[in-house]
Amino acid sequence: MLNISPIAKRRLYQFRQNRRGYWSLWIFLVLFMISLCAELIANDKPILLKYAGSYYSPVFFAYSETDFGGEFETEADYRDEFVQELINKDGWMIWPPIRYSYKTINYNLTSPAPSSPDTENLLGTDDQGRDVLARLIYGFRLSILFGLSLTFFGSAIGVAVGAMSGYFGGWFDLLSQRFMEIWSGMPVLYLLIIMASVIEPGFWTLLCLLLLFSWMTLVDVVRAEFLRTRNLDYIRAAKALGVSTFVIMVKHALPNAMVATLSLMPFVLTGAITILTSLDFLGFGLPPGSPSLGELLQQGKNNLQAPWLGMTAFLSLAVMLSLLTFVGEAVRDAFDPRKIFVKQASEEESL
Amino acid sequence: MKLLEIKDLSVNFRIPQSDDVQAVKHISFSVDRGQTVALVGESGSGKSVTALSILQLLPYPTASHPSGEISFNGTNVINAPNSVLRRVRGNKISMIFQEPMTALNPLHTIEKQIAEPLLLHKKMSSVEVHERVLELLDMVGLTMLKDRLKSYPHELSGGQRQRVMIAMALANEPDILIADEPTTALDVTVQLQILDLLQELQQKLGMAILLITHDLNVVKKMSDYVCVMKNGEIVEQANSKELFAKPKHTYTKMLLSAEPKGQPQPFNDNAPILLSGKNIKVHFPVKAGLMRRVVDYVRAVDDVDIELRQGQTLGIVGESGSGKTTLGLGILRLLQSTGKVEFKNKDIFALKPKELRSMRAKMQLVFQDPYGALSPRLSVRQIIEEGLQVHQKSLSKEERDKLVVDILIEVGLDPDTRFRYPHEFSGGQRQRIAIARAIILKPELVVLDEPTSALDVSVQATIVDLLRDLQVRHNLSYVFISHDLKVVRAMSHNVLVMKDGKIVEAGTTEQIFTKPKTEYTKSLINAAFFIESQQSKAS
Repeated sequence: MLNISPIAKRRLYQFRQNRRGYWSLWIFLVLFMISLCAELIANDKPILLKYAGSYYSPVFFAYSETDFGGEFETEADYRDEFVQELINKDGWMIWPPIRYSYKTINYNLTSPAPSSPDTENLLGTDDQGRDVLARLIYGFRLSILFGLSLTFFGSAIGVAVGAMSGYFGGWFDLLSQRFMEIWSGMPVLYLLIIMASVIEPGFWTLLCLLLLFSWMTLVDVVRAEFLRTRNLDYIRAAKALGVSTFVIMVKHALPNAMVATLSLMPFVLTGAITILTSLDFLGFGLPPGSPSLGELLQQGKNNLQAPWLGMTAFLSLAVMLSLLTFVGEAVRDAFDPRKIFVKQASEEESL
Repeated sequence: MKLLEIKDLSVNFRIPQSDDVQAVKHISFSVDRGQTVALVGESGSGKSVTALSILQLLPYPTASHPSGEISFNGTNVINAPNSVLRRVRGNKISMIFQEPMTALNPLHTIEKQIAEPLLLHKKMSSVEVHERVLELLDMVGLTMLKDRLKSYPHELSGGQRQRVMIAMALANEPDILIADEPTTALDVTVQLQILDLLQELQQKLGMAILLITHDLNVVKKMSDYVCVMKNGEIVEQANSKELFAKPKHTYTKMLLSAEPKGQPQPFNDNAPILLSGKNIKVHFPVKAGLMRRVVDYVRAVDDVDIELRQGQTLGIVGESGSGKTTLGLGILRLLQSTGKVEFKNKDIFALKPKELRSMRAKMQLVFQDPYGALSPRLSVRQIIEEGLQVHQKSLSKEERDKLVVDILIEVGLDPDTRFRYPHEFSGGQRQRIAIARAIILKPELVVLDEPTSALDVSVQATIVDLLRDLQVRHNLSYVFISHDLKVVRAMSHNVLVMKDGKIVEAGTTEQIFTKPKTEYTKSLINAAFFIESQQSKAS
């Protein structure tokens, strides 16, 4: 059994008390887990196939067509009827539930792309004939992963800067605060657009670019918390024990700041996802062809005659951001020491 | 008919996820006109909750009264409508609080605050209100503030603030004044003045006082009738004289005999000098102007010399603001200080940070507030073993654990509790944990900064015993900082009296307490032992 401190237990309890947030977290986690296995759910390659007595797993390894008795030395195109016949003659294939990857183009459309939802493409196709559901699953994963990395690195920098300027104070504090005031005054969007036209944007370059501006969210709360705690008796006691400054900051002061940090984190995450989506929507985000919700939104805008594009992008974004916001509210409640009294006060008012 | 009658009163607090806490259990007592009734008890005994329920100021509905009746002038105030309560609060029954710092609104002038109850309850013109405020200031002995009606609370001293609070409470000449620890936050000399003032005003206005305190000396001086509370129950109530002469309940007897007594073990005069300080100064710069230039210094500690031998206790006494805590922190170099401090013949102000850090194992510190001194997020074992992790890195986890267990037994705590968190312990237990943290490194010098002031009297005595015991066993040297002269007398061999950052008088405990030389020391001692002095006058 995990050794949970009573205060953590109380917070866990408070978190569960917020039913909406608690269920949102579970729904979100399930969706995220599903999207992490996107390759096994939506792919243009079979998960497993048996050919001539041996097993192949094309999802993980590349096999050339000649392996299955074909003619080309290139990787087998399992969607090709010729290849399918070759394999089915001497074996079988297990397909993912959706037989399209995010970049698979369906050439057998009955109507011109973007085609409306049917049994083959459950959410229709986009204007290049790619399956919207497959792109949605991959795009969801990409958004969350991007948001998580941006939040993680941004918070790490922000907490470090905030901790140092709060704990040491003095010149470091003064300079970092003035720098942040100037830095946060920069027109972020224009800078990103200019940078995006100079640098070829990819996942990591875009992450670094956004990181330049997104680390500042947490600095102020962490700084305030360190300013408060550095004069507490137990910090003094640790100093008197000869504990090094770094250990004091991490072991004694940081846990106090974690409350504020963790309560802000879900909101930082939604912010990160939103900014990626908006950059994609404007066309300055991830490289063309990447599955992204912003790009899907843009397609919806350009193809108003195909409402399934806009609706899908809108609904998925709305659900994802609402889930994260609900989780954030529950986390905030969990860390609020006065929550119980607030609840009772509102009960009293309603009576 | 009694003025205030409390019958079978109970107060419960609702706690989510667990049973209700019974803060007050079926208590009954009454207050007559002009009488002073004292509620005495240690922290958590329910005395403040009782007082607050008289004015119905508890956080309802978290708090509730499962049983009981509080009748004031024959009307029951429990669950009375707000309009009735408002007419009573601040008008017929008023209250003064423990902490004059926070009980006054820092953003309003004192005139406005004293006038507030008048404007609320009396239909007076602004001229009349002004006159009345001046009259009240005269009454509480703040005549010098008449020209400074526009002052804000931060411009006043603690004693002056408490007088302003009393003026507010008395504005409408209440029938009952509830005084919740009215002097606890004040210096000893000021305490005495405030108590005298309350007595004088009571005679003049004929009001009843319900006095809530943990300090039996205050009770003895002030009250006619005493209720002793413990764990939400009144264990004994009697006339003041009767109670002090013949306490019946064991708890009352224990409280009466709980004062720290005895004397420190005699020490060897020829023991080597452990710590000596010359011209210690701690100055805080006052900055002003656009360029934040240093224009002046607050001389918190100014030119202080100290000397401490092995196994000896040096008491430092003084009122708040005298610089005694600052001196303690300055000696340990936890604050920027100048001068020369030699610890074990090494000038610790000349040490490099790294050398100083290893030296810290030998000089430790125990704080006043056992609540703030322990990190709430670490278990007791983690708190105590931290010093070992820094200074004795070679120890294995099991060896550290064994040392923690040993030290917990030594300070009188159950070693099985080492996995718990500080909030599960009482104040006295926490102070023991803090002491364990300090002595596990086998230090030679421990600076004790008011280690007993935040504790109940009965606990104070046990902590003093523990500290004396540890001193003999480990040949520890203490610097004992306190404003409480009784504890200082029980602990120290030598005493320094400080005022405004300077040493007023220094000498052996015997000299200071029996033959004080300066007026200041005399007044401190008189105030601290006022009951004794009054008794000796009477007899």
